[in-house]
Amino acid sequence: MIHRYKMGNLNIVLDIYSGSVHAVDEVAYEMIGMYETCEKHEIIDAMLGKFSGSEGVTREELTECYEQIGELKAAGKLFKEDSYKPLAGALKERSANVVKALCLHIAHTCNLNCSYCFASQGKYSGERGLMSFEVGKRALDFLVENSAGRRNLEVDFFGGEPLMNFDVVKQLVAYARSIEKDAGKNFRFTLTTNGVLIDDDVIDFANREMSNVVLSLDGRKEIHDRFRVDYAGNGSWERIVPKFQKLVEARGGKNYYMRGTFTHANPDFLKDIEKMLELGFKELSMEPVVCPPDDPSALTAEDLPVVMEQYEKLAELMLKKHREGDPFTFYHYMIDLTGGPCIYKRLSGCGSGTEYMAVTPWGDLYPCHQFVGDEKFRLGDIWTGVTNKEIQNEFASCNVYARSECDDCWAKLYCSGGCAANSYHATGSVKGIYSQGCELFRKRMECAVYLEVAKALGED
Amino acid sequence: MKHIKTLETRDLCKSAKNGGCGECQTSCQSACKTSCGVANQACENAKAK
Repeated sequence: MIHRYKMGNLNIVLDIYSGSVHAVDEVAYEMIGMYETCEKHEIIDAMLGKFSGSEGVTREELTECYEQIGELKAAGKLFKEDSYKPLAGALKERSANVVKALCLHIAHTCNLNCSYCFASQGKYSGERGLMSFEVGKRALDFLVENSAGRRNLEVDFFGGEPLMNFDVVKQLVAYARSIEKDAGKNFRFTLTTNGVLIDDDVIDFANREMSNVVLSLDGRKEIHDRFRVDYAGNGSWERIVPKFQKLVEARGGKNYYMRGTFTHANPDFLKDIEKMLELGFKELSMEPVVCPPDDPSALTAEDLPVVMEQYEKLAELMLKKHREGDPFTFYHYMIDLTGGPCIYKRLSGCGSGTEYMAVTPWGDLYPCHQFVGDEKFRLGDIWTGVTNKEIQNEFASCNVYARSECDDCWAKLYCSGGCAANSYHATGSVKGIYSQGCELFRKRMECAVYLEVAKALGED
Repeated sequence: MKHIKTLETRDLCKSAKNGGCGECQTSCQSACKTSCGVANQACENAKAK
């Protein structure tokens, strides 16, 4: 399978099953489009007609181009067949019952009252609550006990607002550090915060212990304060931005993400990215809102063309900044063509419900943070482990080949089947298709690869 | 005339033979939490690349 597209002044051809990326001229772009369905003489005649009068387009030249395509096909870099289906469940089978990542819901409560919050203001449609040290400690032990030979263990302190239970966060990190060496493990912690409670103590701790810090900021003040308000209705932008700036300044190059959400109120989210840059932030992420389609903040069909255009403009801005020596990163455009994931990772799905689980403040296990609060998805608990095998098996069987709609999708080895929660919320099935999300994902991948191609060509 | 420039990319077929260690980051354990793919995850296995 191939995917051809044009962006900026580039023609790009992706060969899906080999992972190859080709930058091609107009002639090759057209020829590749016909290569598998037409005879050589038909293609060359068609090209002579289409490009008649174009400089350098001769029968000899077109024959040479045709041969270049044939050479790439013979080398397995164009029109490669899909030979991976037998591998689809291999990694999960090999690592059955291995858990390597937990989302610790350290606080099911929040000091902000954002109406668009997928976690219903941190409560996940349930009671407010804070995780005790005892529950958190048992969750970390559960992770170590179930991680088999995995060395890198990931723990995200999540909420609600995790800093509302900061003492327990600190105690749990200290506990993990005390056991990791003897257990042969390496804990990687992440903290996701709205920033309200950041102070010097939090900054010192986060920069010492957190591999990554995810900071929630929606960009422009008026956009951010539209949703991200406290219980008195006051916007939080003025309070949190200086704190984020101080934290990032002190972070000394360690990973962080300034993470925003865009909604129906700001499909023109590039302005929010620009605001983040203006504030001095360089590692950015903007995510489409996750909410029911009838929610006023949901992206509409009319928003989609705007969002698509914003993604392209964002890529152009990133390229411009890269060339000016002032680069910034956008989470969804990070793609390492030479060092990215192996085919097993690309086939295996996101790992929710298998290698990745969420833990509630009371120790219940769910397939991921987005299923917390929906009792039918409760997998078990951290004391007895997974008892709801039926649900776990449903998640374990999610992979690139689990959805027939993905069969012809060129982006499947970049997305690995997508987000089970998005699928469930859009269709009622974890193996459904969240088509709006797919459209946005494909656009982001086109932009991500475009950036890599443009950079590579620019460096030649 | 060269009509096609092929970028250096990881050979996915080859990775079927030497990949699958499972040490890489879980895709949602990142900035995103709502709409992840796997394309932006880094491989942790230096020997397999």
